Amino acid sequence: MTVIQELSEQLQQGNPKNVAELTRQAINENIDIKTILDKGLIAGMSVIGEKFKAHEIFLPHVLLAAKAMYAGMDLLKPLLLKEGIPTRGKVIIGSVQGDLHDIGKNLVAIMLKGAGFEVIDLGNDVSPEKFLDTAEKENAGVVGMSALLTTTMPVMKKVIDLARARGLYGKKRFIVGGAPLSSEYAKEIGADAYCFDGVSAVETVKRFAGIF
Amino acid sequence: MRKIFNISVDEVIPPIGSVLAAQGIPLHLKPDERTLHLAEEAILLFRRYAQPTGIVMEISRDDFDVIYVGDGKNATDSPVEPIYKLSDDLALFAITIDESICAEISKLFERNDFALGSMLDAAASEGAELTAQWIENFYGKHLVKIGRFNNKNDILRFSPGYCGWHMSAQKKIFKTLRPEDIDIELNSSFLMKPLKSISGIIISGQKEIFEFDDTFSFCKDCTTHTCRDRIKAAIDR
Ligand code: B1M
Repeated sequence: MTVIQELSEQLQQGNPKNVAELTRQAINENIDIKTILDKGLIAGMSVIGEKFKAHEIFLPHVLLAAKAMYAGMDLLKPLLLKEGIPTRGKVIIGSVQGDLHDIGKNLVAIMLKGAGFEVIDLGNDVSPEKFLDTAEKENAGVVGMSALLTTTMPVMKKVIDLARARGLYGKKRFIVGGAPLSSEYAKEIGADAYCFDGVSAVETVKRFAGIF
Repeated sequence: MRKIFNISVDEVIPPIGSVLAAQGIPLHLKPDERTLHLAEEAILLFRRYAQPTGIVMEISRDDFDVIYVGDGKNATDSPVEPIYKLSDDLALFAITIDESICAEISKLFERNDFALGSMLDAAASEGAELTAQWIENFYGKHLVKIGRFNNKNDILRFSPGYCGWHMSAQKKIFKTLRPEDIDIELNSSFLMKPLKSISGIIISGQKEIFEFDDTFSFCKDCTTHTCRDRIKAAIDR
């Protein structure tokens, strides 16, 4: 097994120590940073995502693997920056104004990071202005909004309406998710996609990735 | 009657099976050692950080009429209305397991301990449900003691946001019950802080009044359908 294959394997097993060690080893062996990231870490998380989708593993395994991924990423990040290697894209994410639920949104952010996207997590109770100001400032291609209540869902429409007013609609992609949401509602408010969970958010943002 | 309870955490420790189920792990599957260990650790943290507190207050049917309506956004066919209209006794309630457990969940996520953080979140949600159940049981026992509950009666609780009862009713629940006394606050989106809190009404009455099918327009949006088990348990009791 190559060091990269071993790295992917250890990530899937959810062993952060081994992942950190193998990442260090790969760096020391002068393996291309992008290869370590794509073929080691992201590839490992991608297998995890597929297995989760197929109900072969459950949430705790995904999250253990994510922790291992972060252990490798911590070592790669400064090198990626130094070499000017871009991420797959930037996503702004947050729970909408009035909503304090954030576990679901956190899980989605973790999965997106695991898929190699740069995620800027604005936390919860995020105003429409803050979503869009940050998306503009950070030049993010995707804005992800989470809501767990029917009473906070309408804020998503406010964000999209404001995006239209600011001329950002069509330039940024808007994804929405959360228990009371549906693809019909997403369509109704003009969102680009409804995502049922973290895996579908990753699939959707990957699909968009070719665009920005 | 209006009473505040500091409930012993030992009385609301969630069973490991329900914590795993809340993480999407079916009850019939035997989880691996690591998952089991995470669940056990989460339950230990729950024991350390949860501070279950509840408030319960009896209310007349006439007073509840006003609260139930909320902002006038209830589904026209909600089963809650016909049930409470036929009830013998009613009590408002609110519970929380406190902010410190939510803070611990955030800390775990900040430390990249996502699996344990998520497991603790599930344990906390289950523990909140058990705390609400504790209050319902207390009220049942109280009714027995004062001779208003016999083997023809049953008791169930309902919460705004479920079964076509709109969340806006919480505003009036808060005005009457004042859960601020146990540090629960309600924001303008009808969200309580701490997050792991539940509000609602406990209804006591003849067993038959509680039976309904889950075929209402809003049932298709409900992801839990726990009414099935709750009604069955009530009828079987
Ligand atoms: C940007 O892209 C994306 C993409 C995907 C995205 C995304 C963004 N954001 C989320 N996703 C998606 O991916 C995530 C990962 O898979 C998922 O995120 P979630 O956040 O959904 O998933 C979490 C990881 C786990 N899921 C959860 O933690 C929520 C599960 C359910 C069953 C639930 C629970 C457990 C609880 N609750 Co309550 N609760 C419900 C929920 C119904 C349901 N099945 O979802 C919901 C949200 N609750 C509801 C209600 C009404 C309430 N709850 C309450 C209380 C509680 C408990 C304390 C018992 C407990 C914990 C609450 C908490 N969140 O911490 C009350 C409110 C609490 C408060 N603080 O104000 C109360 C108001 C009841 C009351 N009157 O007391 C309902 C809201 C209904 C509505 N009209 O809006 C509800 C939908 C249940 C229902 N009726 O079906 C996906 O949604």
